[in-house]
Amino acid sequence: MAEKLKLEVSDEIAIKVESMNKWFGSFHVLRDIDLTVNRGERIVVCGPSGSGKSTLIRCINALEEHQTGQIIVDGTELTSDIKNIDRIRSEVGMVFQHFNLFPHLSILENCTLAPIWVRKIPKKDAEETAMHFLEKVKIPEQADKYPGQLSGGQQQRVAIARSLCMRPRIMLFDEPTSALDPEMIKEVLDTMIELAEDGMTMICVTHEMGFARQVANRVIFMDDGQIVEQNEPEKFFKNPQSDRTKLFLSQILGH
Amino acid sequence: MSGDNNSFVRKEMISERIPPAAERGLVKWVRENLFSSAFNTIMTLVSLWFIYSLVVAAAPWFLNGIWDAETVRECYDLLDGKSGACFAVLNERFPQLIYGFKYPSSEYWRPNLASVLLLVALAPILFRKLPRRLLAFSAVYPFLAFWLIWGGSILTSVSAFLGCVIAIVCYSRFSSRSFAIAVLISLIAANVWWIIGGYIVDLNDSVLALKDVPSRDLGGFMLNLLLGTIAVCLSIPLGIALALGRQSDMPIIKWICVFFIEFIRGVPLITLLFVANVILAFFFPPGTSLDLILRVLIMMTFFNAAYIAEVVRGGLAALSKGQYEAADSIGLDYTQSMRFIILPQALKISIPGIVNVSVGMLKDTTLVSIISMFDLVGMIRGPILSSTDWNGVYWELFGAAAAIFFVICFSVSKYSQWLERQLETDRR
Amino acid sequence: MNTSELARRDKFQFSMLLNDKRYRSYTFQFFALFILICAMAYLGKNLLENLAAAGLNISYSFLGEPSGYDINQRLIEYNSQSTHLRASIVGVLNTLLVAFLGCIAATFFGVTAGILRLSNNWIVAKLMMIYVEIFRNVPVLIWILIIHSVFLAFLPQPKAFRGENPEATMLWDAFAFTGRGFYIPKPVFNDGSLIVIITFILSIIGVFAFRYYARQKLYSEGKLLETRWTSVAIFFIPTILIYFALGNPITLEYPELKGFNFKGGIHARGSLISLWFALSIYTGAFIAEVVRAGIQSVDKGQSEAAGALGMRPNFIMNLVILPQALRVIVPPLISFYLNITKNSSLALAVGYMDITGTLGGITLNQTGRAIEAVLLLMLFYLVISLSISAIMNVYNRSIMLKER
Repeated sequence: MAEKLKLEVSDEIAIKVESMNKWFGSFHVLRDIDLTVNRGERIVVCGPSGSGKSTLIRCINALEEHQTGQIIVDGTELTSDIKNIDRIRSEVGMVFQHFNLFPHLSILENCTLAPIWVRKIPKKDAEETAMHFLEKVKIPEQADKYPGQLSGGQQQRVAIARSLCMRPRIMLFDEPTSALDPEMIKEVLDTMIELAEDGMTMICVTHEMGFARQVANRVIFMDDGQIVEQNEPEKFFKNPQSDRTKLFLSQILGH
Repeated sequence: MSGDNNSFVRKEMISERIPPAAERGLVKWVRENLFSSAFNTIMTLVSLWFIYSLVVAAAPWFLNGIWDAETVRECYDLLDGKSGACFAVLNERFPQLIYGFKYPSSEYWRPNLASVLLLVALAPILFRKLPRRLLAFSAVYPFLAFWLIWGGSILTSVSAFLGCVIAIVCYSRFSSRSFAIAVLISLIAANVWWIIGGYIVDLNDSVLALKDVPSRDLGGFMLNLLLGTIAVCLSIPLGIALALGRQSDMPIIKWICVFFIEFIRGVPLITLLFVANVILAFFFPPGTSLDLILRVLIMMTFFNAAYIAEVVRGGLAALSKGQYEAADSIGLDYTQSMRFIILPQALKISIPGIVNVSVGMLKDTTLVSIISMFDLVGMIRGPILSSTDWNGVYWELFGAAAAIFFVICFSVSKYSQWLERQLETDRR
Repeated sequence: MNTSELARRDKFQFSMLLNDKRYRSYTFQFFALFILICAMAYLGKNLLENLAAAGLNISYSFLGEPSGYDINQRLIEYNSQSTHLRASIVGVLNTLLVAFLGCIAATFFGVTAGILRLSNNWIVAKLMMIYVEIFRNVPVLIWILIIHSVFLAFLPQPKAFRGENPEATMLWDAFAFTGRGFYIPKPVFNDGSLIVIITFILSIIGVFAFRYYARQKLYSEGKLLETRWTSVAIFFIPTILIYFALGNPITLEYPELKGFNFKGGIHARGSLISLWFALSIYTGAFIAEVVRAGIQSVDKGQSEAAGALGMRPNFIMNLVILPQALRVIVPPLISFYLNITKNSSLALAVGYMDITGTLGGITLNQTGRAIEAVLLLMLFYLVISLSISAIMNVYNRSIMLKER
């Protein structure tokens, strides 16, 4: 098993969620969420399906609206004010389970679209940045290909590069490896580990417990829309306190 | 409790709560759906005004409608200046609208029975959950319906039916040897029987005979339904054959099919009906005369078949190449792989498209009114509107025609959507 | 013994024609061709015998003879002494006119209804759904007849515009909407009007050039120029300036009520208007469904990903959603345009003289040349259909998403 990453975590608060509640219609999907994330922290969120973990991180970059409570990202509170939402979205990058690359644009164009049209960066500079990050995820030679011509693992790495081109300070990952074939999971996880080594603040919803052990400062377990247990990885996996956590871990780690 | 780098364990789970008042119920729904922004509010108000004016204008016309009158003059007299519809025309001319003006009224029970039995015959095809034995009735139905609608001795239908039975029996006995030989033998046997049967029928033409009704006496909505159903049923096998031919490897077959399909799809139906009306007769041997209905049916079948061929071609293309390869690798020949593996899957995918095209065909049957056949539209434009009794009663008549077609086409399209959902769940 | 020796040892036998894969397809095709030729010979023989018996022959000379009938709605000069050929040309132009107008209006109705169908506003979405379902499920011929009678019933006759207190008035004293048709002002092109027209064309080119320039500026310097109002300005201002500078070279001839009728201006007859409107609103319902399906076909994740990158809604629509949606929308849209052209043949029902009405209608009845006329008629529609299909194939190939 790889060595546990020892990295600095600053005292500055990156994300603060206070008493956040969300309903889908009458279904109470997130209940009294309290969460503080410091800059440089790497957090893994796990839990059974339907527990609300994806909804939680989608609330953080305003893809979903919360009804009560507060979400403060990088000092800006998330309200229905569009300016706040835009500012937060350019600081927070997101990687989706199904990659969501734009199929009608080349890889390079996928990565330069937002920098050109949102940050108004000249095309040449945007392309340089894009190539830099494509090299970082180790697929610079695919720059002129189209998403349909790449494998799943390559597409996900492009998705990561695309988010990085906006120079976010926080990265959210929504089950990034769940749609991949087993042999491609490693290449994506390696990319994420490198990101962590560079000091990126990350919240990652995933079932990859090996990744959690190696990289995470904190593992959060969610069930029924609430945070049930959170702890350092070692203590979390060796000594789960709640019964629900124990049940979940036995199902995940059993095979 | 805030979660810093401390560990945290929840002792008691939080139970579900109801959303705050502003976030639930009718108020929220109205707020989100109707008044969520300035623009939305304007649209809601404009739409409400539009609906209101429509109702205010149309309601009195409907509510004051006269259902009982002999002529349009009488309607106006009864209305005495108010605005109202003269629905009496529908009441009085209803049989003509449905059956045409020449079909003998004593025989109306025959097409009525045939339509009811049509639903029974279609039911096992449309709804797969019904017992498969009903399909036997579906097979018999075409011959039964022919006897009911056109009349004549029942022996004609019986003999035709038996010919088909003989053909199928011969085919299944020889099909294991060779497809071509089986087809040949069954065609020969059926034709031999039909020739013999023809003589038998001629000699006994009063057995269980219903009153003869020649084709040109058919009219009204019954004619639309008749043309539509027959054209659709005949065109489906033809369309499948064209689709298979179009994607065949043999250039001659392929080009014949391509030429046919592209030609038919490139011209409007009305030109094909012109062909049926004035030109087709030239291609038959001198002295023969074919019923106009038959000629129209031929062209409509060709027309529909070309469109169905394109739908089936799409269905065949949607199948992965692996299916063809799998069928080949277990040693099935062309007809067997088509019959057991390829066509069942391709047709399943194509069914919604085929239903759409068929509904289009039913709507297109109204075009025969332009070549002076008295279908529903032809009856309205012809005998009814030009009669002095009912001159000028456009809205009620066309509205009724529109309503009849709407009910049938809408139901069929709802069925098609239901069927698509059924097939979706199958595939998972 | 290896395979090639085996092959050489096989002598040709007749049963190979059926069973050997190599010869089987040749046999089959040979038979198919043989049957086809026999069938065509049979049909041809019948045709010739029937023609001879009726004393007819196949000849197109009737096209050169004077037609003897008038066509009231026409785009070119024509009178009853003109040839049948000219009558057919008038018909062709009328077909193309109503098809062109129909395609534009249908696209407008369809795109609006399709986008509104997806609106958040419940009432609007439901109203659009009712529009689509009602118009799609009733035959187009019935709609043409209904709209034609609406037209005749609701619009006033020209004589209602007479007098001190007329029942009906012209719109802006320029447009008259009557049961006999629409009377609209006719542009009269005097000296200098050519310059205005050229300026107009140049300003359209200018709009595209400006937008291209604005995009290049964004790429090179990162400055986003305002394009919407500037494009409008470029579109309108030069043409308007030149128009007034040259002293209004394009004037309008207004329709005026003389006696019981309007004279002057352009008279678009009721048959054209009702056919155009019926075709547009009918096909618009189908286009609405295609537009809706096209926009919905773009995965929701696409707009989420673009949003997560910080893009604003109108950028998301223009750069991400629309390019993908158009790929799905355009092919069926083009086949609907073809349908409009083919459905225009129903002009017979309202008396509009399109090519089916002239060549396939009056000309056919008068000369009795059914076979020649119908063949020519079908040829016309075939040419249009095949050209449009060819264009569509070119479009499809050029925008195909590249995949493995």
